[in-house]
Amino acid sequence: MTKTVLAVDDSASLRQMVAFSLRAAGYLVTEAVDGQDGLEKARTQIFDLVLTDQNMPRLDGLALIRALRALSTYQKVPILMLTTESSDEMKLKGKAAGANGWLVKPFDPQRLIEVVKKVIG
Amino acid sequence: MNNTKKFDNSGNEFLAFTLGREEYGIDILKVQEIRGYEQVTRIANAPDFVKGVVNLRGIIVPIVDMRIKFDLGEPTYDQFTVVIILNIGGRIMGMVVDSVSDVITLNAEQIKPAPEMGTTFNTDYLTGLGTLDERMLILIDIDKLMSSAEMGLIEAIAA
Amino acid sequence: MTIDMRQFFQVFFDETEELLAEMEKLLLSINLAAPDEEELNAIFRAAHSIKGGAGTFGITDLTDITHELETLLDLIRKGEMGLTAKHVDAFLEAKDILKMQLDGHRLHTPVNQETVTACRCRLQALAHFAGAQPSQRIANQSTSSSPAGTRRLTIALPSMPPSELESLSLELATLGMLTRSSQLDGKPVLTLDTTSTIDDVAAICMFLVDPKEMLITEDNQHIPGAAETDAGFGFFEPMNVDQLAGSPLLAAHELATEKAREQAQGYGFFAPFTTFVAPEAPAVIHHDAPEVAADMRSAANRREPERATASSESTSIRVSIEKVDQLINLVGELVITQAMLEQRTDKLDPMLHERLLNSVTQLTRNTRDLQEAVMSIRMMPMDYVFSRFPRMVRDLAGKLGKKVEFVTIGAATELDKGLIERIIDPLTHLVRNSIDHGIELPAQRAAAGKNETGRLSLSASHQGGNIVIEVTDDGGGLSRERILGKAVESGLPVSDAMPDAEVWQLIFAPGFTTAEEVTDISGRGVGMDVVKRNIGSLGGSVDIRSAAGFGTTISISLPLTLAILDGMSVRVGEEIYILPLGYVIESLQPEVIDVKGISGQGRVIKVRGEYLPLIALHEIFGITPQHQNPSDGIVVILESDGRKAALFVDDLVGQQQVVVKNLESNYRKVAGISGATILGDGGVSLIVDVSTLIRSSQRLADETLFSS
Repeated sequence: MTKTVLAVDDSASLRQMVAFSLRAAGYLVTEAVDGQDGLEKARTQIFDLVLTDQNMPRLDGLALIRALRALSTYQKVPILMLTTESSDEMKLKGKAAGANGWLVKPFDPQRLIEVVKKVIG
Repeated sequence: MNNTKKFDNSGNEFLAFTLGREEYGIDILKVQEIRGYEQVTRIANAPDFVKGVVNLRGIIVPIVDMRIKFDLGEPTYDQFTVVIILNIGGRIMGMVVDSVSDVITLNAEQIKPAPEMGTTFNTDYLTGLGTLDERMLILIDIDKLMSSAEMGLIEAIAA
Repeated sequence: MTIDMRQFFQVFFDETEELLAEMEKLLLSINLAAPDEEELNAIFRAAHSIKGGAGTFGITDLTDITHELETLLDLIRKGEMGLTAKHVDAFLEAKDILKMQLDGHRLHTPVNQETVTACRCRLQALAHFAGAQPSQRIANQSTSSSPAGTRRLTIALPSMPPSELESLSLELATLGMLTRSSQLDGKPVLTLDTTSTIDDVAAICMFLVDPKEMLITEDNQHIPGAAETDAGFGFFEPMNVDQLAGSPLLAAHELATEKAREQAQGYGFFAPFTTFVAPEAPAVIHHDAPEVAADMRSAANRREPERATASSESTSIRVSIEKVDQLINLVGELVITQAMLEQRTDKLDPMLHERLLNSVTQLTRNTRDLQEAVMSIRMMPMDYVFSRFPRMVRDLAGKLGKKVEFVTIGAATELDKGLIERIIDPLTHLVRNSIDHGIELPAQRAAAGKNETGRLSLSASHQGGNIVIEVTDDGGGLSRERILGKAVESGLPVSDAMPDAEVWQLIFAPGFTTAEEVTDISGRGVGMDVVKRNIGSLGGSVDIRSAAGFGTTISISLPLTLAILDGMSVRVGEEIYILPLGYVIESLQPEVIDVKGISGQGRVIKVRGEYLPLIALHEIFGITPQHQNPSDGIVVILESDGRKAALFVDDLVGQQQVVVKNLESNYRKVAGISGATILGDGGVSLIVDVSTLIRSSQRLADETLFSS
């Protein structure tokens, strides 16, 4: 069964790059323009994987992750942070919010696909 | 107000910094970057104004303290100390100053020739005096100064 | 499958233009006295987005300015720096610059680089002027401990509708780090790490919950902070399991390698994924050589492989020297990182961390292999040099009326390209010398019972970590008497008891020549000392062997690799210096009786029956040492050019491979120092010029021992 991915990022170009790359690899990708949009979309469908940027208006990445984890439907769904740094602080916050891992920006499509494959196959 | 929208000032932008009580300016194109003061590795038997060398992203760069060289007050080293990293003809070196003010643009009318006496630096190394509002900046030919035998940073070609 | 990024450029450009316009709008309307936090965040986000996109799509010129903008904006929005009109002016200017750069990409309009630099410096100046240390901030972003006074609160709540729980969780999450454990019989239990007091937390809960139905307790449990240990923190079990405090023993030794690997690969997971990874479980990957840096990786991805030169040579490719040098630099950086890793893991218990240490050893092996392979790219056969000589020898011999047979041995021996260029001049001089002064005229040779045709050979061979190049002639050899005589004339300290090897070294003294006639070829006495100095500056040494009537051999020894050195680090006072391991024989702590002073001239030390000059490094470099007495410190026995000396230092620090960096490219030659190196911790250490040190000490020792 085809895996579904929710890609949340306020940058259109980045979002499109992620979506395009993952679609080319065979995933069904839904895009969300910020945390709030992502949360609303997540409520209507249970995705196999959520990828979210950090700095976004309305609801930022960490808040989105926390909100998702508060939903019973998203207890086990893997969530990965797209982050511009790999500091301990980021990891601490991400882990605490409930993320399963992170991917450092900038990344190239190959790495992205590699990581997604690792997580949902 | 120093915001100009047209970008055709050539060679008239200066980085302003202070040493002791005076304000100086150097050609912005000689400036590579501005950093805080970090731990230096002392160079044996170097003159006291040559603090030592640091690792700048893999390159060994000497750091000189202008305050010591030109005897300008008490040199202190704390988190506010600023080092201006210069690129002088391909040689990278850093100089410690008291503080950095800003980048200013001076047009020809604002630059007057430097007087013969009364400044810390030998007039050979000055390109003029810049005036901007109430500020007076001593404009230094940093290239000439840093390459001079007096500074002794660059070895003269010996037989 | 490669994806062409250019299809996204247009979107990125449009997006950036919008963001810039938005940035300007916000900057123009912002209230300096009381800036709106959300507005500041929005401006920060705009800069952050542009930077991120630029990086992803490879439009790197935009990243410089946006990086500086980001730094400043971050400080301002966190309240660590005040927003002034000056800042706004600078930001607006930055926006203009970015627009200019953007248009440069989109419309190919010209970009004035000077204004870009000026803007960048202006932003940096602002960062430093206000006294904040953004550079430190950036440097420190990898470590942060949980703030002091953090407490862990367990909040037991009554059963409540999920939406309310969600709201409450969101609210509490703003106070600190909120995690949620499993529900106990339908009642949620939240865990919050926060600096807020229980009362504050309770107050928030009371909006939705009856205080009588909730219970908040404080755990006395120690909260692990990120700064605590390098290895083994942060990788707890996933959230929906009760056990939140996780097991630090969770393969602690694997986690350090994990961490290093994650850093290199640019992603990571908080807990292993059991579902879909099957065959390639994220266990310790010890057969991968970790990547050098993200920069190298992305650069490598973007560069197309070199095309093979058109027709003939399909087994070789043309590569620019800069690329090779860059590659070598990067390998050098890798060596530093590996040394750092070795250093850090050195202190670990080998039993407990066996697998980690094995991996580190493996890494060391991999690094060395890579290093050798990369170095070999720059290697060229000596034939490149040797091939210049046959013609020159023939012409010169002809001119001088001599008959010379020229032979090369080991022309296939390889040497680093950089060294090859620099060895040509010294060798030329030596060859000329041999023909001019070494090999006799045919008549003289015949009279001495030798073949009329003299033999001159150039040879090259690898010995240990060095390449040995020799110039040998079967001429008349060096005249000991003449050299000593000349030395005395020149006022050099000599004695009749000097061994031959040392007498020969005298010809390297500046201005020294025993030539009876100054020909236009050589004999002006300006050559040999320059030769020696040149070789010295390549990190090599020169030896001479000669026998009267039989001939002379000048032997040059050069290190094979210019850039990476095995060093022994020693401490004098507070400073660390590096001694090239090639010169180190041994180190010891001398007995007091073995150290003797020669009235006011210096000290010698008795080692295994021989007396060696004692050089106190602290005296040479003007440092206040920890120990004044050699018997309290350490003495390192060094050997160079066949001469030994004892170096007195405070302590031995360790042994490591170091990357040699040039001190002279930005500074000048420093007496006693042959170069600088970057240590594992990023600091700089100077490398001692051992051969010069020993030579100058030898003179001293000779003076003291031999003068009456």
